Amino acid sequence: MESTLPPLFDHMDNVDISSPNDDTDIFKSAIQNNDVLSSPKDPAIMEDVITTSDEREIDGKSIEISVDEPQKIGDGMNSYLAYKIVTKTNITKFKRRQSTVNRRFSDFLGLHEQLVERYLRAGFIIPPAPSKNILGATKVKMGSQQNAESGTNNGQEWVENRRASLERFLNRVAAHPTLRLDENFINFLESELELPRATNTAALSSAGVMRLFNKVGETVNKITYKMDENDLWFADKIAEIDTLDTQYQKLHIAVKSLVVHRQELAQLTGNVAKSAAMLSTCEEHVGLSKALSQLADIEEKIEILRSEQSNSDFYILSEMIKDYIGLLGAIKDVFHERVKVFQNWQHAQIQLTKKRENKAKIELSQRNDKLEPAQKEVEEWEAKVQRCQKEFEDISAEIKREVERFELNRAKDFKATIVKYLQDQMVFQKQILKYWEGYIPAAKEIA
Amino acid sequence: MARIVLHLHDGDDDSGSPQKIVQEANNETETTKTQPQEALPENSLVVEISDALSEKDRVKFTVHTRTTMACFAKQDFLVVRQHEEFVWLHDRFEENEEYAGYIIPPVPPRPDFDASREKLQRLGEGEGCMTKEEFKKMKAELEAEYLATFKKTVAMHEVFLQRLSAHSVFRTDSHLKVFLEYDQDLCAKPRKKMDLIGGLVRNLSKTTDELYLGATVRDVNDFFENEMQFLTEYHAHLKEGATRSERMAKKHKELADSYIKISSSLIQLSTTESGSMEKFSAKTADIFEKMRNMEGRVASDQDLKLVDTLKYYQRDSNAAKALLVRRLRCLASYENANRNLEKARQKNKDVHGAEDIQTKACEKFEAMSARGKEELMSFRKRRVAAFKKSLIELAELEVKHAKTQYDFLRQSLEDSLIKLQDI
Repeated sequence: MESTLPPLFDHMDNVDISSPNDDTDIFKSAIQNNDVLSSPKDPAIMEDVITTSDEREIDGKSIEISVDEPQKIGDGMNSYLAYKIVTKTNITKFKRRQSTVNRRFSDFLGLHEQLVERYLRAGFIIPPAPSKNILGATKVKMGSQQNAESGTNNGQEWVENRRASLERFLNRVAAHPTLRLDENFINFLESELELPRATNTAALSSAGVMRLFNKVGETVNKITYKMDENDLWFADKIAEIDTLDTQYQKLHIAVKSLVVHRQELAQLTGNVAKSAAMLSTCEEHVGLSKALSQLADIEEKIEILRSEQSNSDFYILSEMIKDYIGLLGAIKDVFHERVKVFQNWQHAQIQLTKKRENKAKIELSQRNDKLEPAQKEVEEWEAKVQRCQKEFEDISAEIKREVERFELNRAKDFKATIVKYLQDQMVFQKQILKYWEGYIPAAKEIA
Repeated sequence: MARIVLHLHDGDDDSGSPQKIVQEANNETETTKTQPQEALPENSLVVEISDALSEKDRVKFTVHTRTTMACFAKQDFLVVRQHEEFVWLHDRFEENEEYAGYIIPPVPPRPDFDASREKLQRLGEGEGCMTKEEFKKMKAELEAEYLATFKKTVAMHEVFLQRLSAHSVFRTDSHLKVFLEYDQDLCAKPRKKMDLIGGLVRNLSKTTDELYLGATVRDVNDFFENEMQFLTEYHAHLKEGATRSERMAKKHKELADSYIKISSSLIQLSTTESGSMEKFSAKTADIFEKMRNMEGRVASDQDLKLVDTLKYYQRDSNAAKALLVRRLRCLASYENANRNLEKARQKNKDVHGAEDIQTKACEKFEAMSARGKEELMSFRKRRVAAFKKSLIELAELEVKHAKTQYDFLRQSLEDSLIKLQDI
């Protein structure tokens, strides 16, 4: 794989730790710019996280999608965020090689609905759409104009978080050999027209409530209906996916707590920096005062580094795991879809048996006038059973292909993510090393 | 080699029977101080705490003295002392008029293992929601933390005695002699609640005294006035700095501990995975485990170098401030003697007696000011030297840890992860 040495890795060797005034400082942005969100938007970081290059390329056809920071349109509760989506591709089904559109969050949900409607029945694993978060959205909506721009940290973080997950969602769809060619998907990326409002995606609409009811019904069905599994592959896979799900959930909880601790550490380091600065102004001994003020500088830099690190924990590690928990859910959905197809088939089988019995009764009773319609019914249901059986065989085969593809990508994604994450950690350590090495002479100068 | 015996109360299982941990203390200061018994030079006094025993709510320190000073009956002896006896000794120094011009070494902080105990108890309650491995690791971490706190407590008490025994005047003090030599309990009983309140009242009266003096007595000397202002402010900043850096170091420790769960989740994951993913997950788990150790060391060194220095000088600057307050009080009585002399002269009554008192008060105040100035200068020197040492060591340790982790990550990535990635 090409991306074993992402750009940051090469950079490393250029970091000259001996000269503190080094201009090629990889964390210059971190030092000069307090914007904690700057790093995840760094294309070098994000690209590797989403999908690896060979996933994006299928038969020499590649597609690259980026979602930019959104613009707030309108005011108050009726306002919304519009995300600028830039697509670059050489797939012939796309009208243009590059296109830019504006889409709002509900459009993404609409796209997801369309894909599910169309492809779930065929056994495709549909990448899950980012979850709704009414509270966060309301905060950003209701926040004054000024807030939306300069930002309370919370709102900004929330926006960036959603932006990144929307980007990952689109790229995952684009990585699928069939989904990437879907008309709705292409339309979503290319059409300059506003998309029809997807009515049933709003969380508070009546359709939303209906959807909730349907979901509850399905869940009950999932619990009550137990299918006798004859296919060993499925029996194993279902259990395996369940186990994986549990383990990813655990890992996710562990990583989330890491993120929180690191954020808090960043903040507490900042407090130490402030204290050191105050102590420095108070200190009457010139040399010690200087050393304390330099200590304050370093702790301040480390504070920024810690929040960068926490972003790395979050955007690289935590979000990857979260996405996979979603994808495992999508796999469970196709498994369930297969059960539904199986139920249909069984139902048709029962009907066929009934019709056959009915026909046999008629034959026995010698009512020839009714024999012909009965025979027709039997034939009808025979055809239905056959159709259902084929459908079941098809979805089973497709799921096997899909899960294999998923496993392959999961392994690649997991490894690439961990490698990227640890490389980042390595860079952070190098930076810490550099900061403190610069401090030793300052401390020794105290006379 | 000093032996530390810890009786660690274990909340979750056999409650009541204390769990014993015998730990060979192996830090440098402790190994150097128990060198083979070479003959001491004349007139020397070497004090150390050779043993310490932690029971449920008290710590017993074994104070080991070796001396060639003639006033002691023996040359090598041991006594067992508790924290309250250290406080008693400190108070004897502080109330001694003769030492009013000196900075009295600050009393060591009361042994406090409540935080560790509480954490251990919480760990016991949360045992259900973690794996055996995680529980074992968390418990080991807490025990290490307990031990570190314990060692620190011992070191603080030792430093207090060592500062006294190294001081040219304090070392000959009779109370110190009693403290070191007398093999029975000193009258100081373990502090009860009432005593605590008494202490509080005393502290309160001290502060009001200080405020009153500050408001009523006009200092004639700029040096001392500046020092008072400086030390008041400096002490406040040190206190805040100590609290904040302690919080930072604690959070860093928690951060390191949070790697435990990640590592164990990855190990579980590796049991589900197969082929290269199995190896990859297991290796990653291992890396997180090692990173935990490294981050943990960063946290404990920050605690040792930064937090402890700030804390010690927070107390030492307070001791220096106490000296200034004593001087002000002396100044007040000097001024009082002046007024009395004036009155006596006006009334022409008992002038001689008043003159005598005034001269004595003046001499006392002058001597105290001279001594105090010296002491404050030496406090400053001591402080700067200690900060210098700690800051250099802090920076060097930070560099060392960052380098170790950097090298480790680089090695791990190059040697295994990137290779496993391609399979």
